[in-house]
Amino acid sequence: MLAGRARERLGSVGDVSEFRGDVTLTVPREVALDALRLLRDAPEGTPVLTDLTAVDRYPAVPRFEVVYLLTWYAAPARVRVKALVPVDDPAIASATPLWAAANWLEREVYDMFGIRFEGHPHLARILMPDDWEGHPLRKDFPLTEEPVQFIGHTPRTPSQIIPKSPPRP
Amino acid sequence: MPEPHREIITINMGPQHPSTHGVLRLVLDLEGEVILGTQPVIGYLHTGFEKEMEYRTYHQNIVFPARIEYLATIIEECAYVLAVEKLLGITPPPRAQVARVILSELSRIASHLVWLGSSGIDLNMTSVFIYCFQDREEILDILEGVTGQRMMHGFLRIGGMQWDLPEGFEARVRALMDRLPARIDEYDRLLTNNLIWRKRTEGIAVLTPEDALAFGCTGPILRGSGIDYDVRKAFPYSGYEDYDFDVPLGKRGDAFDRYVIRLEEMRQSRRIILQALDRLPGGPWLIDDRKVALPPRRELVRSMEAVIHQFKLVSEGIHPPAGEVYAAVEAPRGEKGYYIVSDGSNRPVRVRVRSGSFNNLQALPVMIYKETVSDVVVAIASIDIVLGDVDR
Repeated sequence: MLAGRARERLGSVGDVSEFRGDVTLTVPREVALDALRLLRDAPEGTPVLTDLTAVDRYPAVPRFEVVYLLTWYAAPARVRVKALVPVDDPAIASATPLWAAANWLEREVYDMFGIRFEGHPHLARILMPDDWEGHPLRKDFPLTEEPVQFIGHTPRTPSQIIPKSPPRP
Repeated sequence: MPEPHREIITINMGPQHPSTHGVLRLVLDLEGEVILGTQPVIGYLHTGFEKEMEYRTYHQNIVFPARIEYLATIIEECAYVLAVEKLLGITPPPRAQVARVILSELSRIASHLVWLGSSGIDLNMTSVFIYCFQDREEILDILEGVTGQRMMHGFLRIGGMQWDLPEGFEARVRALMDRLPARIDEYDRLLTNNLIWRKRTEGIAVLTPEDALAFGCTGPILRGSGIDYDVRKAFPYSGYEDYDFDVPLGKRGDAFDRYVIRLEEMRQSRRIILQALDRLPGGPWLIDDRKVALPPRRELVRSMEAVIHQFKLVSEGIHPPAGEVYAAVEAPRGEKGYYIVSDGSNRPVRVRVRSGSFNNLQALPVMIYKETVSDVVVAIASIDIVLGDVDR
């Protein structure tokens, strides 16, 4: 119900889709903060920012999706907001003015994907060491095993055990 | 008399501090004993689970959740498996659903017992720790009897469970449930009116409802601040909507309220388990869909098709449709959700673990602002963090 109203109100801002009952609103990154503010000030009540993360859609263009998951506790309902971010200028407005929870979550996305959040009070690495190079959850960051000193052990990645199959229709 | 010397000093608490339940470092700005600023430094246990899960098939990934959050293992597995099932659009058979509820609630009691025991240690009450771990061990024995492992079960399957509940399971759980109320009452008598326990928890580490919502806190932290949100009630899964149980709420949002809530949650979990045991149906425990679940062994000797299915499932895995889902469960540390993005191949594009501990820990600086250093220990204990869950 709430999703239906969100669709009505935000249909002009972005593209609304539904999969397995999850409602997703996809918006250009320039209006992401406005869309979030619209949803936060919804007459149904203030949602909570349950999660904020990103997806690397390599080789799609634009490559990154910043994903916000909002939950209305009273209703109860969930809406997912997705903003598309290109790889050559990975930046988006910070949601910290709207929810305090965005602080660490945005730091994690910055750490893992290298997406900058404009207006974030302290955008620094949070999980990886400060001097780490690269952003681990990007698809071009390889997953390898650390070499160990056992004899007869060759490091290998799980991809060599069961290869990725092509997508099925 | 000279003016008292006032200055703000910065000290480092952790990462190897006995009260941090793992490896958490806090940078505290102190004026005397009073905390004026806190900067939690996390990431010491970062293992890259989310990255690892992108490189494995959906079935192989079942082993990860219990290692991310090692105190409520079955609940963790349940969260992941539910997300994949939602992606596939399948429902496990009724026996598996009820069994999941029983095992999840056993897990929740075990996790709360660890919390109570370790909080006891933090507040200098070692005997509580010994009692709680004794009870927890009985639960782990039952889980070992079902799954073969005390903690890292890897027991749930996409579409059900690995095998059926063992003989005598029901009697064992019932016997434990008969003993449990007396044990919880004992902790209640031991702690609730204990002067030291009350003085150290009442009015300490207060979190207002507004802050709890702003920081996205969930679980006993949120409910301690008086906000009624439990994933089992709001977004029911595994048939939780059919069980009769209460969600305890606090009033003041302090460490004592969280303690009372967790004790009550153990009693409510017992209620759910007893209802579930009464209605535990017979029948299959794994979905009868050869594209998702392995065929039973007896079919392998008779049917070539079963052998082919077995081979394809083991060597290639399942292929969910392209799409993305979020499924959450109520873990002892708040909402635990899995956000899975699929492109239609045998491996997920992205698995995001939404952990309750991460958001709850973010509220720590607010909780301990202008409190004393000794209260930091109480605050950390009352959040009940698992650093593996925070850092993933």
